[in-house]
Amino acid sequence: MRTYTNPVYEYRRPPELNGPARHCGVVIVGAGPVGLAAAIDLAQRDIPVLVLDDDDTVSVGSRAICYAKRTLEILDRLGCGNEVAEKGVSWNVGKVFHGDQLAYEFAVLPELGHQRPAFVNLQQYHFEECLVRRAEILAAAEIRWKHRVVGVTPGAADVRVRVATQDGEYELTCDWLIVCDGARSPVRHLLGLDSEGQVFRDRFLIADIRMTTDFPTERWFWFDPPFHRNQSVLLHRQADNVWRVDFQLGWDADPDEEKQPHNIEPRLRAMLGPKADFELEWASVYTFQCRRMQKFRHGRVLFAGDAAHLVSPFGARGANSGVQDADNLVWKLEMVLRGQAPESLLDTYDAERVAAADENILNSTRSTDFITPKSSISRTFRDAVLALARRHPFARKLVNSGRLSVPKILADSALNTPDGDVFSGTMVPGAPAADAPASGPCGDWLLSHLGGVFSLLAFGDEISPDAARKLAEGKIACRVVQVGGTPRDDRIVIQDKDGLIATRYDARPKTCYLMRPDQHVCARWRAFDIVAVRDAIQRATGNAGKDAQWVH
Amino acid sequence: MGTLITDTNMAAPDDFYEDLIGLHRGLTDAQSTLVNAKLILLLANHVGDRDVLRQAMAAARADVVPGG
Repeated sequence: MRTYTNPVYEYRRPPELNGPARHCGVVIVGAGPVGLAAAIDLAQRDIPVLVLDDDDTVSVGSRAICYAKRTLEILDRLGCGNEVAEKGVSWNVGKVFHGDQLAYEFAVLPELGHQRPAFVNLQQYHFEECLVRRAEILAAAEIRWKHRVVGVTPGAADVRVRVATQDGEYELTCDWLIVCDGARSPVRHLLGLDSEGQVFRDRFLIADIRMTTDFPTERWFWFDPPFHRNQSVLLHRQADNVWRVDFQLGWDADPDEEKQPHNIEPRLRAMLGPKADFELEWASVYTFQCRRMQKFRHGRVLFAGDAAHLVSPFGARGANSGVQDADNLVWKLEMVLRGQAPESLLDTYDAERVAAADENILNSTRSTDFITPKSSISRTFRDAVLALARRHPFARKLVNSGRLSVPKILADSALNTPDGDVFSGTMVPGAPAADAPASGPCGDWLLSHLGGVFSLLAFGDEISPDAARKLAEGKIACRVVQVGGTPRDDRIVIQDKDGLIATRYDARPKTCYLMRPDQHVCARWRAFDIVAVRDAIQRATGNAGKDAQWVH
Repeated sequence: MGTLITDTNMAAPDDFYEDLIGLHRGLTDAQSTLVNAKLILLLANHVGDRDVLRQAMAAARADVVPGG
């Protein structure tokens, strides 16, 4: 018995087949994690969005299973963080074994005081189902299942999209097309665009098994274990007592043979022992690549997720970085659609997320070089590191079984206002805001009070009612989130109940942080100055030099 | 930026060399290669300075033609 049956979403005959052509503000291709996240974010902003998907269900197979803290924080803003976190299995400890010995163990998130754990593991189909449910209750989002994009004609003023259904083809136009149709990206091919990079000469077998066991909920990675000599193995727990086992097979393995249950079961038996009681749920053999498109923005066509960039699975940087793409893109698109920012703001989506993709590809390539050494000397160094790691702390930092997904710090972004005042700590302009315990109207955590719009995180009650009103009523609204001080109804007031907000933000009385709608820091000061805040908002929205026009 | 020391920096070079050769006594080539790799990693961590390590790597690689 399998633990999961894919839902079948209803195909509906599109009215455009025998009605007038429709024009949409935003069309999204692909209802995977990235397309759904973008659709929910747009719809929450009351921007009508049409999602086209060529299938009528969620992911077939568990596929992406590790969702990082930052993804959960983004999902909190999208209204489905709790559902994913509760359904998922959270973990924080990783163990690395070499041969039959533990080489070392590590905690992914070494500190307390964050709402979300470092990771939750959840089958991609569950993750997508949570997002579909959320999108379905938002009036501004429409998902069309079994609608396949077969033609895209980008123009200066709009994009024409040709869609095939079982009842025939029809055409739509849109202002912006967001392409999230996955690694093979049919739309990228329709447009004749390339994604360039490196294919790794190795094969891996994924086996999902259902098993009741007392294994702890930890990430276990073996180099050269006795049950699978000369290769690596990864074990991960998912929801519903399903476990992911990932066997490195080498380049010469025959993918069709290896995914046969009668070949998989002996591998699992050798690993789990004669007494283990398991059932195979799903298996797949994969190779992987690290590559990206040169640009993610092509005029009115914006690429996100695997369609734009691909990494090896080690590090969980695929779906996680795709959700961050959506997080980065949508607020910018809203500002452009509402005439609050020039279209060039979307070039910063390209710049910021290309930089993030390069960081992910770099980390993922380094992990792959460690896990799949390409020469005998590379293998020797790998084994030397693992041997030293048992006794010497320095070598543990060199062991690379996947550098696990953390969000990119957008330190080089043109949207940041460089520091004029002296700060220490990690909350530099470009950093995603660190969470901390808080008490306030939106709950017990700092991050639930930030995001969606620009926010000024202000320590103490320096900001006058007049200044708060001017910030709220500017053409680009900025909400004051005040830490401590007197409650007022013109702003959100939160309490720093454990003192961790001030610590993590190196804050003193009067310190202010300007947060982008995607919760990244874009400016900070030791004292409030409304002109400086307005200038920073202008800069963060691509409006620098146009002050009078944008904020009154 | 640190600079790689290439003048003599040890009091008794012959003693060091004897130790180095002795380290490999009784080992197969594969074992020696592994021991050398561990030694490089330990020394590299001790040096720490990426600039110095890169200068050392460049000096080691000089005059070695790829392929061969």
